[in-house]
Amino acid sequence: MFSSSSLPIQPLCIRIIQPSNLIKRMSVTLQCPGYPEDTLRSLAERLPCRETQLATLLALMGQPDQYSYPSVFIYGHRATGKSHVVLSIMKDLELPHASVDCVECVSSGLLFHQVLSAFFGPDAAALLPRCPSLSDFVRLYKQMSSNSPATQTRYIILDRAERMRDMDFSLLPALLRLQELVNDNVTVILLSEIVWEKFRPNTGCFEPLLFHFPDYSKAELVQILSWDHHPSYTPELYASYINILLGVFFSVCRDLRELRHLAVLNFSKFCEPLEKGEAKESDIHKLWKNIEPHLQRAMQTVYLREVSSVQWEQQQMDEKEATTLRVLSAHAHIELPYYSKFLLIAAYLASFNPARTDRRFFLKSHGKIRKTNFLKKHEKTSNHLLGPKPFPLDRLMAIFYSVVDSRVAPTASVFSQISSLVTLQLLSQVGHDDQLDSPKYKCSVSLDFILAISRCVCVCVRLLDLLALSLVIQSQVVRQERSLFTAVSNLHLL
Amino acid sequence: MSKRRSLTEAQCVSLAQKLLRERLCHQKLPDRPLALDSQYKHLLELLRRTAVHGESNSVLIVGPRGSGKTMLLGCVLRELMSLKEAQKNVLLVELNGLLQTDDKIALKEITRQLHLENVVGDKVFGSFAENLAFLLEALKKGDKSSSRPVVFVLDEFDLFAHHKNQTLLYNLLDVSQSAQTPVAVLGLTCRLDVLELLEKRVKSRFSHRQIHLFSSLSFAQYVDAVRAQLSLPPDFPDPKFSDAWNHSVTVHTQHTSRSVFTNKSYTQSLFLTSFSVRVSVSHSTLHEADLLEASRLISADSKAIILHGLSILELCLIIAMKHLNDTYDGEPFNFQMVHNEFKKFIQRKSHSIHKFEKPVVMKAFEHLLQLELVRPVDSGVCKVQREYQLMRLMLEHGQVMEALQRYPQCPTDVKQWALSAFA
Repeated sequence: MFSSSSLPIQPLCIRIIQPSNLIKRMSVTLQCPGYPEDTLRSLAERLPCRETQLATLLALMGQPDQYSYPSVFIYGHRATGKSHVVLSIMKDLELPHASVDCVECVSSGLLFHQVLSAFFGPDAAALLPRCPSLSDFVRLYKQMSSNSPATQTRYIILDRAERMRDMDFSLLPALLRLQELVNDNVTVILLSEIVWEKFRPNTGCFEPLLFHFPDYSKAELVQILSWDHHPSYTPELYASYINILLGVFFSVCRDLRELRHLAVLNFSKFCEPLEKGEAKESDIHKLWKNIEPHLQRAMQTVYLREVSSVQWEQQQMDEKEATTLRVLSAHAHIELPYYSKFLLIAAYLASFNPARTDRRFFLKSHGKIRKTNFLKKHEKTSNHLLGPKPFPLDRLMAIFYSVVDSRVAPTASVFSQISSLVTLQLLSQVGHDDQLDSPKYKCSVSLDFILAISRCVCVCVRLLDLLALSLVIQSQVVRQERSLFTAVSNLHLL
Repeated sequence: MSKRRSLTEAQCVSLAQKLLRERLCHQKLPDRPLALDSQYKHLLELLRRTAVHGESNSVLIVGPRGSGKTMLLGCVLRELMSLKEAQKNVLLVELNGLLQTDDKIALKEITRQLHLENVVGDKVFGSFAENLAFLLEALKKGDKSSSRPVVFVLDEFDLFAHHKNQTLLYNLLDVSQSAQTPVAVLGLTCRLDVLELLEKRVKSRFSHRQIHLFSSLSFAQYVDAVRAQLSLPPDFPDPKFSDAWNHSVTVHTQHTSRSVFTNKSYTQSLFLTSFSVRVSVSHSTLHEADLLEASRLISADSKAIILHGLSILELCLIIAMKHLNDTYDGEPFNFQMVHNEFKKFIQRKSHSIHKFEKPVVMKAFEHLLQLELVRPVDSGVCKVQREYQLMRLMLEHGQVMEALQRYPQCPTDVKQWALSAFA
């Protein structure tokens, strides 16, 4: 049904519900002369919640032998059915069309080739020269269409048309007025999720007819998602399941494809209490209590694609207790050598603390403490929000030696660990490669990662306090300089 | 007439649609372009002098998009070709700046259209230099009395000025200035400053003759023109139907307010929408409601429509960005700052939105990036981490507030947050 989704979904038995009032409504609105009635009716049944758009599109297209507006621009959020509706119309009513996805067309020659072969056969496309220009395409099209003139309107459908802006600058304006350039009954339909204002070229172009596909409301999403319910359970149970799912995910995501994927993946877990006999179909509250933490976990893993859907399903089959999932991102389980962890922590401190404060934090004795505001006003807001600052290698090593609890000799093995941290993209090198004597680095990991690492290493309290202190500074909770001063002196660093 | 077969209602509607679509969509040439009489006469006279008397000319037709340049040229050429002397002699070469993006391609196209000897079938032989030399040779050999006049039509003339060295323009205008084959060079462009684009040597060879197409119609004349476009011609097979239709068109275009006809380029699409979408067998005349409905469909704010379909989390992120813009006067922000604002809202003011993990918020932010509602300040530089890359919001304060009003089931605490001046 939703043929554009290529996600790995278990094969479902799709039963189409045919409410009779839907059919009655259809026969009133879809009166389009020139197309067979029963095809239109079956088409309308396959496109739920899109009847108005279908009717408007058919009215704009008019009868097959009439001229249509040279270009139409259809926009709307993803998974609102734009490609599905347009391609279904073309296929069911058997209109001559060429459907091109602009993501596939890395060069405009591929687009020309696909259009010509769809309308005039592969022999026509073979006549295109090696690197065809737009001029070659138009000339060849004119030649072919004079040999076989169009009895019906031909449609060129360009999906993901926002990619066309990156191709030749003259491609988009030329395609918008293709009807005039080739003098043939052809209409270009552009589908995109980006609004038309971002497409318009500098000196203007022929303005297409704009048409939008509105997003689905919550009720419509329930209606559409309830179409693929499992045959062994009642539709009402599935509808209540969908309502629970939308209760968790609707405020985050309204993309039909994502929701459908999540619905399919989690349904077996939802039905688990029913199979085990612990609950009946009417015990919605119990089923909700069972599935809700599972859905929350899904939001943090499957929804973010941290875990693949195969892994998720296996997880459901294997686990009986809630164990943590092995996720893709390196948050939980990266393994670093002992000194690398300290190097990374030192890099984080070097990136996020200004250099002037190093003396205060890391030296065991630094003499008089001046009662000045040691964080300038602009640094209070910017430390954590603007990102890591670069630091030279010497500063990193200085902080490293003060952070590591044992005595470390500056051997090559320590320095080579810095290079491997750069390769792992936990640190990033700033500046030129050929600055060999004092390279500069920047820390590319977040605080959560550093905290996770420092927990793995049995770091003494002092280090955790250091991190906590840098957090305290950065979260702007510093009220008075005096209390900070006492906090620092309590750290036994002074 | 009793002899004519009376058509059914459905056939009338479909025939009317067919006629009107040909006129509006396919842009069939009218008999005489409206309100462009002086320009028409001027152009026709110029072309006649080239075709019949052998004078070389160059002229630029300048006018904004949709003002009728191609239509004017089409009508003039149609009349020109009806003259007996012109029909036999004149060669027409049509070039378009969008298609012929390079001088090489343009030259091949000219050679092809003139059917010179180095064209076999469709293929043009020889390199660019050879083709150019051949073409100039062919054009130079003639003179007023013995060679056929050539009319070069250059659509999107300003794009030809961007070619390397403006070779093609230079050569064409050079031929038109010297006493060789009679040549007329007609350029059509929408840029008023097109002469600034030309190089000095090209500009000096141009005759500086420009025909401007600025619409000088009063509003009443404009409405008349619109009515003429929409009315069915007198030779329509069913006179009763066409009378009823024309009457409804007259009545409703007169009463419709100015606001419906705000923009000329809207007008075509406006009428297409109104009569194609709304008019059918049951509803076979034009009503005022049709025009209003069509104008509403066409002038909808597309960004507001996109904002309508965002999830609550994404909407909250947009409100956070709006607050950042207000506080920091439009300076660029990054994801960390937006997340910070959002966290402050969650902690202090929100009851209905619960805390989301940072990666989930990041995914929502990336969705906004893909919709191009937020754009990075320096596109393409990836040296900075994703969370710290500076961005700008591509929406205005007013658009965000209006979208909030229309958002379905917007929680009240979100609305309050948006309206509060101090986040």
